[in-house]
Amino acid sequence: MFTSPLNGAEIRKDFPIFSKTMRGGGRLVYLDSGATSQKPNSVLDGERYFYENHNAAVHRGSHLLAEEANEAYEGARAIVAHFLGANLDEIIFTKSATEGLNLLAYSFGNSASTSRFALNPGDRIVLSEMEHHANLIPWQQLAKRCGAEIVWFPVDPDGRLDLSAMNDIISERTKIVALTHQSNVLGTINPLDQLISRTHEVGAVFVLDACQSAPHFAIDVKSLGPDFLVFSGHKALGPTGIGVLWGRAELLEEMEPFLTGGSMIESVTMTDATWASAPRKFEAGVPNMAGAVGLGIALQYLLNVGMNNVEAHEHALTQYALTKFADLERVRIIGPTDTKMRGSVLSFEIDGVHPHDAGQVLDQHGIAVRTGHHCAWPLMRKLGIVGTTRASFYIYNDEKDVDALIDGILATQKYFKV
Amino acid sequence: MELDSLYQEVILDHYRKPAHKALQPNPTNQVHHINPACGDEVTLNLHMDGQKIVDVSWDGVGCSISQASTSIMTDLMIGKDVDSAMKVLNEFTELMQSKGSLKGDEEILDDAVALAGVSKFPARIKCALLGWMAFKDAVSQSQSGN
Repeated sequence: MFTSPLNGAEIRKDFPIFSKTMRGGGRLVYLDSGATSQKPNSVLDGERYFYENHNAAVHRGSHLLAEEANEAYEGARAIVAHFLGANLDEIIFTKSATEGLNLLAYSFGNSASTSRFALNPGDRIVLSEMEHHANLIPWQQLAKRCGAEIVWFPVDPDGRLDLSAMNDIISERTKIVALTHQSNVLGTINPLDQLISRTHEVGAVFVLDACQSAPHFAIDVKSLGPDFLVFSGHKALGPTGIGVLWGRAELLEEMEPFLTGGSMIESVTMTDATWASAPRKFEAGVPNMAGAVGLGIALQYLLNVGMNNVEAHEHALTQYALTKFADLERVRIIGPTDTKMRGSVLSFEIDGVHPHDAGQVLDQHGIAVRTGHHCAWPLMRKLGIVGTTRASFYIYNDEKDVDALIDGILATQKYFKV
Repeated sequence: MELDSLYQEVILDHYRKPAHKALQPNPTNQVHHINPACGDEVTLNLHMDGQKIVDVSWDGVGCSISQASTSIMTDLMIGKDVDSAMKVLNEFTELMQSKGSLKGDEEILDDAVALAGVSKFPARIKCALLGWMAFKDAVSQSQSGN
């Protein structure tokens, strides 16, 4: 049985890409929203409308278009702030979540040695084995530059973080804890309350990678309690090339900039410069205005659908899929097999079929999945696998998409005679 | 079906029973190549006697295309001298870049012509080339005395 507050087939009508005919001649069954989401007409039209009606460089110029561009860009910031329950000046537009994490890593690395963000030899950065490369490599390289140490939470066989040694892993030496909210491979949602409170107990800052969570369920940064959060626009129905970094106002105030140049200054001489306050301090250069506008429209679309409905819909799809998967033979879910603290990312292995080959046969049936290591190579090594096939659900999916996936897996097994 | 042009029976045969997939000791050169897009890996041992390729053996993990292609490559290269091996390699590389326009010369490529269909699937070309590029690297190292 499948019941959901949302009708995926109805929602698909807002997304032009679903009229495409796929390789096998059938409809698109898009199960790769964990990589990037599709875009509704309102986002596509909104970007075009901005260029056609308001295009000018924001934060400079004294003409009508500059005023309108400013209003559109800052209006998008207000929507993002509302979406996260944040203050307006705490929202920084980046080009991606990856850039947001690099911004933090480089800003911390640029800090004066007396700053709370400064990393000295022996200081620790805490990560987990389930991090996406985007929330691993910036920290790993920062640690190398500063002589700090990387320590991490292991992943247990059920695909959950092993928190048994939490108080040793997050210790007095810890300066930064950077964790994913939801694994992009396993679907696991991490228990943030205890992690964040331990982080603050030792005086460290908590960075949350919300790429796989912010688009899928309601987040209120004030009640959740991290210090920084990043997510990418393109996974939340928005355009590519736009992402969000949220940070607590008092922390942003203390931080050094990452990229320097136009727009981010207060005053400049030939030999020195002072910085504007946040968010401008972190938005050097003419920003991706149309992208921000598009993201604002995308988040408004999600808010109109209702984030609780989005969550309930994906929960129902995941429950439906897990039940169907349980009946498949020689197919193994990589990650939690129940819906408790679990999102709608479903990784699996088909015995005797490499993920790339599975993805190819599914593609022939119009089913778009992700295959490979999902930019989480250390996790793959830990699990002792080369990669997985991953289906990820969003608002425009329905139970028929899950049925198509199940049929596709059976067809894959038949094709490779396994 | 379009899929059958990719997964020809000869490819699936090589996948199920790969040739020379057991690293032979004391190689002239050993290389390890990775396809960063999917995580597939191959380790390849090359045994040379002067300009003659005496043996090519390998181990690795990967999809049917990468495994079959590496298997086919070893069958083709063993016993050849460097010049003719490079001719075969160039012929195969050209076939992979042909976007489906070439069928491949069976006289030169033997079983590898079965991989012609791969060239219509851009995401899979690197899979097919993984073992071949490892071989090319190993030969090049043997020539420069590394």
